[in-house]
Formats: sequence, C-alpha cells, structure tokens
Amino acid sequence: MIPELGHFALILALLVAAVQGVVPLFGAHTRDAAWMAVARPAAYTQLFLVLFAFVALSHAFATQDFSVVYVANNSNSQLPMMYRLSAVWGSHEGSLLLWTLILSLWTAAVARFSKSLPEAFAARVIAVMGLVAVGFMLFMLFTSNPFERHIPALIEGRDLNPLLQDPGLIIHPPMLYIGYVGFAVPFAFAIAALLSGQLDAGWARWSRPWTLVSWSFLTLGIALGSWWAYYELGWGGWWFWDPVENASFMPWLAGTALIHSQAVTEKRGAFRSWTVLLSITAFALSLLGTFLVRSGVLTSVHAFANDPARGLFILVYLLTVIGGALTLYAWRAPRVASPIATTPMSRETFLLINNLFFAVAAATVLLGTLYPLVIDALGLGKISVGPPYFGFMFAILMAPVVALMPAAPYVRWKTDEPGRVAESLWKPLAIAVAIAALLLPLYWSGLSLFLLGGVLGGCWVIVGTLWYVVRRFRTRPPGRFRLLPAGEMGMILAHFGVGIFVLGVTITNTFSVEQDIRLTPGEEYELAGHVFRFETVETLDGPNYTATQGTFLVSRGDDTVAMLYPQKRRYPQGNQMMTEAAIEAGFTRDIYVSLGEPLSDGAWSVRIYYKPFIRWIWLGALFMMAGGFVAAFDKRYRRTRAAAAEHAAPRVVEQGTAPQGA
Amino acid sequence: MRPARKQRLWMAAFIVAGVAVAAALTMTAFQKNLLFFFSPSDVMAGEAPENQSFRLGGLVTAGSLKHLEDGLTVEFIVTDFGHSITVRYSGILPDLFREGQGVVTQGQLGADGIFAADEVLAKHDETYMPPEVADALERSGHPIDEDKSQ
Repeated sequence: MIPELGHFALILALLVAAVQGVVPLFGAHTRDAAWMAVARPAAYTQLFLVLFAFVALSHAFATQDFSVVYVANNSNSQLPMMYRLSAVWGSHEGSLLLWTLILSLWTAAVARFSKSLPEAFAARVIAVMGLVAVGFMLFMLFTSNPFERHIPALIEGRDLNPLLQDPGLIIHPPMLYIGYVGFAVPFAFAIAALLSGQLDAGWARWSRPWTLVSWSFLTLGIALGSWWAYYELGWGGWWFWDPVENASFMPWLAGTALIHSQAVTEKRGAFRSWTVLLSITAFALSLLGTFLVRSGVLTSVHAFANDPARGLFILVYLLTVIGGALTLYAWRAPRVASPIATTPMSRETFLLINNLFFAVAAATVLLGTLYPLVIDALGLGKISVGPPYFGFMFAILMAPVVALMPAAPYVRWKTDEPGRVAESLWKPLAIAVAIAALLLPLYWSGLSLFLLGGVLGGCWVIVGTLWYVVRRFRTRPPGRFRLLPAGEMGMILAHFGVGIFVLGVTITNTFSVEQDIRLTPGEEYELAGHVFRFETVETLDGPNYTATQGTFLVSRGDDTVAMLYPQKRRYPQGNQMMTEAAIEAGFTRDIYVSLGEPLSDGAWSVRIYYKPFIRWIWLGALFMMAGGFVAAFDKRYRRTRAAAAEHAAPRVVEQGTAPQGA
Repeated sequence: MRPARKQRLWMAAFIVAGVAVAAALTMTAFQKNLLFFFSPSDVMAGEAPENQSFRLGGLVTAGSLKHLEDGLTVEFIVTDFGHSITVRYSGILPDLFREGQGVVTQGQLGADGIFAADEVLAKHDETYMPPEVADALERSGHPIDEDKSQ
C-alpha cells in the first residue's frame, strides 16, 4: 500500500511540477500577478510530494518489503538498518529519486529566499526549475519506477553491492548530488535573465551565493568520493580519471570558472554573456554526468543500469535542455554584451586567464571522456584514454593557474600599475622560494620538474595568500578590530586550500611506496623505514559477512607505530569478496595494509603502501569547500536583497580603492 | 586604432594563441594515451600492435589460474572461445576477478605470445559483463546468454 502511495505522490508531483513550469512563465510574460503567484506554493507542494515518495521508498527498505523490485534488488534481510536506508540511493532508480528530491529542495529554498527579487524574475527562476524537474520525473515514471512491484513477493533480497556498504557511501552521493543539482539554480537564474533581457550586475549578485553553496557541496562530494575510493577500493589511489570521476569533475571545473566570472560580472558588470554561458555549461555538464553514470554506457562500478531506453530518454532530455538553453542564449545574449573598459594589468585580466584555463581543462576532460563513447557509437572500435593523458594535461594547465592565483587578489580592478603590483608581490614570492629552497634536502631524493614545480607552487600559493591577509589587516584604518568581509575570507580559505592540495598531490605522487609481497604469519617486511610484522590470521563473523582478518604490527625502530587489522570479507548473499584495507592515518603520512589472497603454505599476498601527505589532498579540498560556504554568507548578498526589494533598478557597480575579495 | 579596440584585439589574440597551444598539447598527449581494445581472436589475427600497450579482454578460462613460484605472479587464460591467450600478471588480483567471468587486462604482448599485463580491471560487480567483452564474445560467435550477462 505505502509503495503505491509513494508512486501516486510521484505522479502528483509531476503534475504539480508541470504547472510550476508553465503557469508562472506565462504569468511573467503577460505580467499577470496571479499567475506568477502560483510559483511558490507549487514549489512547496512539489517538495512535499517528492519527500513523501522518498519516505515511502525508505519505509519499504526499512521494513524489508521485497515485493518492491528495487528493494529486492538492493537489500537483504541481513543488511544492517543503516545500509538499508542508504540503499535507497544505492542504485539507479533510487538515486534518481534522490536527485529529484534534492532538486525540489533547492527549488523550495529559492522560493523561500527570493522574496526580495522582482516578482517576475523569481517566478521565471522557479518555473525553469519546475521544467527541469518535469524531465526527471517523466524519466523516473516511464523508465525507472522505484516502486515497481513483483508479485508474488520475493522471499529474500539480492543484497546491496558490498562496495556500497560503507559509511563513506552513505554520504558521498547526497553531497555530490546537492552540488550537481545545485547548479540548476544559477542555470535557472541565467535562463530567467535571458528571458527577461535583464542581465545587470544585480543578477550576478543574486546568483552568486547559490553557485557558491552548490560548488562547495560538489567539492565535498568529490573529496568524499576520492577518499572512499582510497580506502574501499583497495588500490590505495586517490584519483583514477575513471569516466565516472570525470563526470563529477567536469561540472566542478565549469563551476570554478563560473564562480570567478561571476565575481567580474558582479563587481564590474563585465563578462556578462560569458557568465551566462558558464551557468548553462555547468548545469549541462551536471546533466551529462548523470547521463554518463546512470545510462550504463560506462564500464564501471557505477554503471548498474543497462537499459538503452533510459539512455535514449536522457539523450533526448539533454538535447532539449542544453539545446534549448543554448538557442535562447544565441538569440538573447548579443543584447547583453558588455563593454570591456579595462586595461591588461587589472584583476579582470587575471580572472579571464583563470576562466580560460578552467574552461580548457573542462574541455580536455570532456574530450577524454566522450571520445571513446563517440568512437564506439560510430562502430570504429573499442578504445579508452589512459590516465596519463589527463595527468599530463592537468599538470600543464594548472601550472599557470597556480602561478597566477595568489597574485590576483593584489591587483586592482580596472587598472593597476605593474610597478605597484610587483612591489607588493616580491616579498611573498621571495619567502615562498626561500621556503622551497630550505626544504630542498627533504625532497632532494625524488627531485623532478613536477616535484620542484609542485613544492614551489604550493609554497607560493600558501605564502602569497597568507601575506595578503597580513597586508589587508595592516592597511586597514586603525580602530576597533574587524574581520574581513566574508567574501574575501572565503577566497582566502579556498586559495589556501589549493596550496595545501598542490603540496599533497605532488608529495604523494612522488614519494608513495607501494609493494605487493608474499608473507606468512610470523614474517616481517621493511618498507619506508617501517617494519611490518604479519602476526596472525583469524576468522570473524560480521552481521552479513564472514571475514578473514590479519593482524599486523607496524613499528619504527623500537616504537610501535600501529596495530593494523586488514580484512578480506565474503558476502554470501551475492557471493562477493571485499577487501577492507587497514589504514593508519597521519598528518604527514598514511600506512596502508590490505590482504590479497591466500597462497600455498599459509602464506598470503599482502599489499603495503606508505603514502606521505595524502591527507593534505582532502584537507585542501575541505578548505576549498569551507571557503565557498563562508563566501556565500557575505553580508552584501543580503544587503542587495533588501535594496532590490525597494527598487528593482540595476545597481551601480561599487568601486573600492582598497583591494576587494573576488 | 582606438585603445579599446587595440586592447580587445590583444585579448582575442591572446585567447586564440592559448587555445591553439592547448589544442596542440592535447592532441599529442591524446594520441600517446589512446588504448585500443582487442579480443584474443583479434590478437591472433595480428590486429594488435607490437611494443605498445593495449587492452585485452574476454572470459577467464575456468581452472586456468596458476600461481608461479614467487607466489605473486599469476597466469591465466583469457578466451573468446575462438582463440585464447595466456596473461601474466604480477600483483594482487582485484576482488571481482573470477575464473569463468569477464575480465579486461591492460599491457603488452610479448614475443613469447604471453600477454604481460600491468593492470587487471574488474571493477564491475559479479553479475555484470564488461560491454567490450560481451561484444568480443558475440563477434567470435559465442554470445553469452542473456540472463548471465545481465
């Protein structure tokens, strides 16, 4: 009964979304206040209905209702409650429902926090989001209904893929989706602006906090995915340039470019049509990511679905949304082209370079990800693009970004004196070079152009960013102590995170030691100054698996560093094996042990890794995420809303003499 | 030219130059890292390149997995039922590696006819067949039956 109610709620939600997508749009066009007023209640109703459907599906999982096909395919009577609930988004149908739920959450948030926008504009934004939701609900109801029954009910479920039975996988998809789907908001703002023909600085200012929050969630989602792959897939890497990873990375790259181009549009009124195009691109890449991961075209753990009807539907949907948006853009954008009143030595130029490199980076990943699919579709053979392509391209594309990033905040908007910029930059640059030189003995053994560039780049970003903070406080008028504006603090945090990230990547990639060896209990092995003693092997029973657990004593000199307990698990329901690595995490190094397979004479193949500074990679990502969140809460976004409520006229662009956060 | 125009021209030139350099680099890196997929029958027909990495996929022949003396190097036979090739790999096999199931390996074909793999990919779950492998089996005239591949 409850699954039927959920299904019914989803159908109702589709109808409501259709009304939400059409009526306010006409209302905005004909300036009919009553029609526009439909937008908000419709958004709230849609959220309620989708939430109802989501709870209904969760209920089916919690109560082990194996008459629902989706539950039977992804759960099992022995699955712990925590994983039963996360199994809701463990596969195709449920993750679409999660996608839709998050979209309606964002829509309701826009409805709630857009009171100060001009009524017609808010109505258009909410309507566009309604139209996006219509597509997803149609897709779900016609090709991927999570509430489909199997009568008679199955006695036992098939089990959730053991790879997904992990705390990291409970939170990774929701965070990633909040980020993905969040780009629907700047997309809807861009479409609304194109429809209304109003693309002033105010538009960028309204759109910015939403973009920042989405981008932060996406950053967190990607970092969680990377961390999960590191400890759960058992290969000890943190990024594989797998198409599925690329699918989430492309919107991130476009989103990063968007954040920076919005800064220029807001502060200077320039790059307007480019910002619109990026808003469309970021969401288009999010949709493409969903398509790539969910249609089963990729050979990967994520490609559970293998149904061509679904692929065709998403393809048509993608073409409609992206094609429609780009057509509208081509038709309307020339009207909003903004004059460039700037000189080459200005912050605008630095942000332009940022955008150029991030756009090219996104295109690079897109090429490497889609090319094999295109070749395959044309029947020209099966190929794949090796990870070295991506690695090489990124090292080259990101080097100029890292070199210029710390300098950008020092440069004034519109125009600046090269002499003044050089004057304020030489000290932090000298300090960064000095630090990199002083640390040279520590990394001499692995010296390469990549390592030297990475260490130098990382130090430069960190020192340059911290120096900027110091200088900002020094040049403030004396008086009571005040924090920097949130927008600027966010920028500082995120840039600082990039420095940490760059150091982490370079050091890990250069100095990681990985070894596969054969060990018998009682034997020892030495790696990177640590002695690994294989003590015992025993058998354990988990809630829905049996495990073989090894005990390793890791010591350095006379000190015990850690006791590690890697496991090899067998999940009898699907007869699947899972390697659970044991990791001793540390600020400057991780020690990683995982069990391979039993060999003859009681010996095991064992994998031992020593990974210096790998935590810095995720730490850097967390700083970036925090930066995005902090910047989103800048007071000026709230002030604009108040101002916009009084008079919906375009704002005059502010110009401060002191450098302002971008 | 007026300064604004001149500046715009510079900007455009700068962007065009940047994109051109990026495109050239991309194409070079791309060409070098393209990996082609071949089935054992393709390899036997001489289609696979020599001294260059490629991907070899098929089914792991049941009972063919052997551990060599050092304990870490393994050998197994990959087949599409038309032809078979022995694959040698040093290291720990992924959890989803099974005899009788689909596998994709990456490496080079040696002069001795043994495929020296430096990667064994088995990232899918236990019921899932890599699309390349399903396709290779179909081409060799031994398509896998539906309920097995789904």
